[in-house]
Amino acid sequence: MTRPDPAAAALSVRDLRKTYDNGVEALKGVSLDVAPGDFYALLGPNGAGKSTLIGIVSSLVNKTTGGVSVCGVDIDDDRSAAMRRLGLVPQEINFNMFEKPIDICVNYAGFYGIPREAALARAESVLRDAQLWEKAHVMSRTLSGGMKRRLMIARAMMTQPRLLILDEPTAGVDIEIRRGMWQTLKKINAAGTTIILTTHYLEEAEALCRNLAIIDHGRIVAEGSMKSMLAQLDVEGFLFDVEGELPDVLPAIEDATLIALDGHTLDLDMPRAMDLNRVFDAFDAAGIRVRSMRTKSNRLEELFVRMISAPQDADATEARA
Amino acid sequence: MSNPNLTALGTIIRREVVRILRIWPQTLVPPAITMTLYFLIFGGLIGSRVGQMDGVDYMAFIVPGLVMMSVIQNSYGNISSSFFGAKFGRHIEELMVSPMPSWVILTGYVTGAVLRGLMVGAIVMAIAMLFTPVRMPHPVITIASVVLGATIFSLAGFVNAVYAKKFDDITIVPTFILTPLTYLGGVFYSVKLLPDWAQAATHLNPIFYMVNAFRYGLLGTADVPVWTAFALMLLFVTGLGALGLWLLKRGIGMRS
Repeated sequence: MTRPDPAAAALSVRDLRKTYDNGVEALKGVSLDVAPGDFYALLGPNGAGKSTLIGIVSSLVNKTTGGVSVCGVDIDDDRSAAMRRLGLVPQEINFNMFEKPIDICVNYAGFYGIPREAALARAESVLRDAQLWEKAHVMSRTLSGGMKRRLMIARAMMTQPRLLILDEPTAGVDIEIRRGMWQTLKKINAAGTTIILTTHYLEEAEALCRNLAIIDHGRIVAEGSMKSMLAQLDVEGFLFDVEGELPDVLPAIEDATLIALDGHTLDLDMPRAMDLNRVFDAFDAAGIRVRSMRTKSNRLEELFVRMISAPQDADATEARA
Repeated sequence: MSNPNLTALGTIIRREVVRILRIWPQTLVPPAITMTLYFLIFGGLIGSRVGQMDGVDYMAFIVPGLVMMSVIQNSYGNISSSFFGAKFGRHIEELMVSPMPSWVILTGYVTGAVLRGLMVGAIVMAIAMLFTPVRMPHPVITIASVVLGATIFSLAGFVNAVYAKKFDDITIVPTFILTPLTYLGGVFYSVKLLPDWAQAATHLNPIFYMVNAFRYGLLGTADVPVWTAFALMLLFVTGLGALGLWLLKRGIGMRS
């Protein structure tokens, strides 16, 4: 059995390519490294290749070429050892709806060679952590959507993986449950488990993750720390609610773009370095009284839109045309 | 320290047996009712007019065939519905992402299916004993042939489930292939009653060998040499087992 290398990347992907039987090139040479202990976001629009990448890493999709190592173990050299280190929370519910949560967890552990006695004790612990212990002995099909999502996280934690991959774990759950799941994930990461998260809720990625990669059309188009990536944003956007009617002609503010969304709302884009007092001075001069203001969008969302909107090469340009 | 692969194997078998027992009205009761009707109608009403077949009462003659028929159908049906159900419900992914080697997955599902076949076989045998005495002069051959027969059709059901894309696909083979082969495999008659060409054709039917090996174990009489039957059954187990492992390793029908 392959021994884990504590210094090795939790996930290392090298020039990974995948062409499906129908000719679709889902991955066109993806390379990335995720450090041990990291909380890493893998972002991208629908069809970008995120799920294919996760599928290959977790043995659910056959790769065409390239290499994948989990905690230093190459999946081609020793698939079993690599999978022992990996936990997966997939996008779709994939447990047997006719089994009870306790059985789902215990059987899952059994597939990893964990004896039943030990698995039963561990199941109680992970189900309590997921606030599902009261539902441990009911049919899982009767669980709510949020409970089913939490059950999949609990199931993945049964094997105490060193790398946990979550493919849109909070999709379709309400904000209260989502926030609860964030706490759970933070706790898991704080305990030493590396987490890779894909999500369409970009505020979720910004709140949880330290590093990220953006994938589009099967290629990594941006990668780095959350801080450095957000620092790349040179424009900020604000929305202003104003009292009374807007003037017929809006004030011109140098370097900024101001438009009226309706009779009481202004939309402003301005350079990050620009002094916001210049905007308020211009508003005062035009007789505009601001009742409240808010940032126009999530910062990561802004970055994301820019990254996937910018043509990366001729191939990508052609694909968008 | 326990062997992880054996723990994983035990987990799959346990889960399969729990499933069989949980849905017992679907898995264990129907064959009991069907076979009771066979014994009443073919064995009791028609059999009393047929008299003897191959030197034994007709009722006793059809017992091995009916037991083997239920074992085959239930082994096949168990694995095809369970494995395809796992694909359909996506919980096959639990197995695919696990460190389990392919042989553990295949052995686990096949053992579960064989156990269902044996459970149903035992029930049908118990019902048969209500209608006719069962001697079993060759118990080892009886048990070996029923286990091998169940294994062959469990493996065949697994291959069917791997390729199946919808539930209809797992009913086509039992309806259009398995049932005709079973009925034409000497369950209800001795092959010696057939014309030469039909006898030759029957020898191409694998179920014929299973039924006859089992009949030899149970009654001491058979239409083919028992060792020929065992050699062929082992050949089928080896071939289908290798195919099942290859399908799992390649992820055909499971990985894109």
